[in-house]
Amino acid sequence: MSNISFQLTVNGVAREVLVEPRKLLSDVLREDLRLTGTHVGCEHGVCGACTVQVDGRPMRSCLLFAVQMQGNQITTIEAVMKNGEYSPMQQALHDEHGLQCGFCTPGIVMTFEAYLKENPDPTDEEIAEALSGNLCRCTGYQNIIKAVRMAAAKMNSPKNQEVEP
Amino acid sequence: MKPAPFSYHAAQTLDEAFALLQAHGDEARILAGGQSLTPMMNMRMARPTHLVDIGGIEDLAYIRGNGDRIEIGALTRHYQLEQSSLVQRVCPILAAAARNIGHYAIRQRGTIGGSLAHADPAAELPLMAVLFDTEIEIGSGAGNRVVMASDFLVSIYTTALEPNEILTQVVFPTLVAGEGWGFRWVSRRVGDFAIVSVAVTVKLDSSGRVERLRLAVGGVDAKPLALGQLADAYVGQGPGSRWVEAIAEEAAGQMQPGSDLHASAEYRRELTQVLLRRALRDALDRLGKH
Ligand SMILES: Cc1cc2nc3c(=O)[nH]c(=O)nc-3n(C[C@H](O)[C@H](O)[C@H](O)COP(=O)(O)OP(=O)(O)OC[C@H]3O[C@@H](n4cnc5c(N)ncnc54)[C@H](O)[C@@H]3O)c2cc1C
Ligand code: FES
Ligand code: FES
Repeated sequence: MSNISFQLTVNGVAREVLVEPRKLLSDVLREDLRLTGTHVGCEHGVCGACTVQVDGRPMRSCLLFAVQMQGNQITTIEAVMKNGEYSPMQQALHDEHGLQCGFCTPGIVMTFEAYLKENPDPTDEEIAEALSGNLCRCTGYQNIIKAVRMAAAKMNSPKNQEVEP
Repeated sequence: MKPAPFSYHAAQTLDEAFALLQAHGDEARILAGGQSLTPMMNMRMARPTHLVDIGGIEDLAYIRGNGDRIEIGALTRHYQLEQSSLVQRVCPILAAAARNIGHYAIRQRGTIGGSLAHADPAAELPLMAVLFDTEIEIGSGAGNRVVMASDFLVSIYTTALEPNEILTQVVFPTLVAGEGWGFRWVSRRVGDFAIVSVAVTVKLDSSGRVERLRLAVGGVDAKPLALGQLADAYVGQGPGSRWVEAIAEEAAGQMQPGSDLHASAEYRRELTQVLLRRALRDALDRLGKH
């Protein structure tokens, strides 16, 4: 089966790719676009390591064919840091020891960057429910839950909501 | 794990999709949210040679009220059902069921049409379809037909859909004012498919007797079961604790689940009884409150 060429918009940049239709978005990101921050674990939607955002919504890049994504805005972990600074979610994972090996971390960040916009003040139970879609084999989850709580608090604090004059 | 090669076709309209299905016959497969089909392709349990992506057909994503019906387009995503204020208001059990599907990221992409067409015996939306025996609308190049959920779902992963057909719409009824509902399930972990799930609605008449009762159980057979006859036998009675207990016990007695890796038949029967008891109590607690 032959390659086809099309455009993907990743992290705001239009990129030309030449791949087979069967190539998963996760593999195109990693192999063709060299964005290796998106990790690949199970390739059937269970582990969450490959989670990216499509038009701002977290989705499994292992369950999307890249060819389906023409016309969508794809955001990966590489675009989360702004001006050399961690996002509140990234910083909170660091501060709360919410990662050890870091394999699951990009998926967790991409999930909760979106989740906290939709649900800015989640309960621990809600965080645990949302986190059920991201397997972590190292941390035991408790510190990740703490980190999400910390990030939510930071993002909700009046200081962060000040509008630049 | 990589899917076998295929040609990709993106349909922008239903007519385009019908034409593509017609042209490629048995070799074609519809791709909606890809949350069931793509994992199967990754594992090469499915190897379609033509993939017809209907994800771009925007007219198939809607939730609209129409009198005492809620019409839901096939491409409506699970999170849209979960968050719809209309669904939360007039058929809250459906929103609760959608909220329980898989994980947050899965619900962003998976569709109601895909869930029904996939027909997993433990899935939430087929259970809801059977509970209400919803109308399922199906189109093809040759015209449209309506099939009731009880006929649509045939067996595990098997439906009444022909290869050239597309599920276009599902119609749910609204619960009437004062109708209570209950939805209970047991799964090993949050987000896993349920081992057993049950759904009930209860409506009382002005004298406090049961006027309408719906019961459905998932995970105990090759498709979710509506217990219509059993429910009818308990209409007209006062819904006390004996009523609850008798229904739960009789329903569990009727079930003939299989044993598998996830649970024994005995455990599934036990779950049916316990979950029905809880769901009926939930429904009675919610009477007049939704
Ligand atoms: C990790 C994980 C956990 C999950 N947990 C649950 C769960 O707990 N409960 C649950 O119910 N589901 C669960 N799912 C499945 C999920 O709900 C899927 O979204 C759903 O089963 C299929 O919908 P889809 O739109 O993704 O369909 P697809 O995967 O695109 O298609 C599924 C099948 O339906 C056919 N099809 C799709 N749309 C149509 C149509 N309109 N007309 C005719 N045929 C069509 C396809 O050809 C294919 O055969 C889970 C999935 C994953 C990956
Ligand atoms: S690699 Fe995509 S969910 Fe595991
Ligand atoms: S930190 Fe190692 S898997 Fe989560």
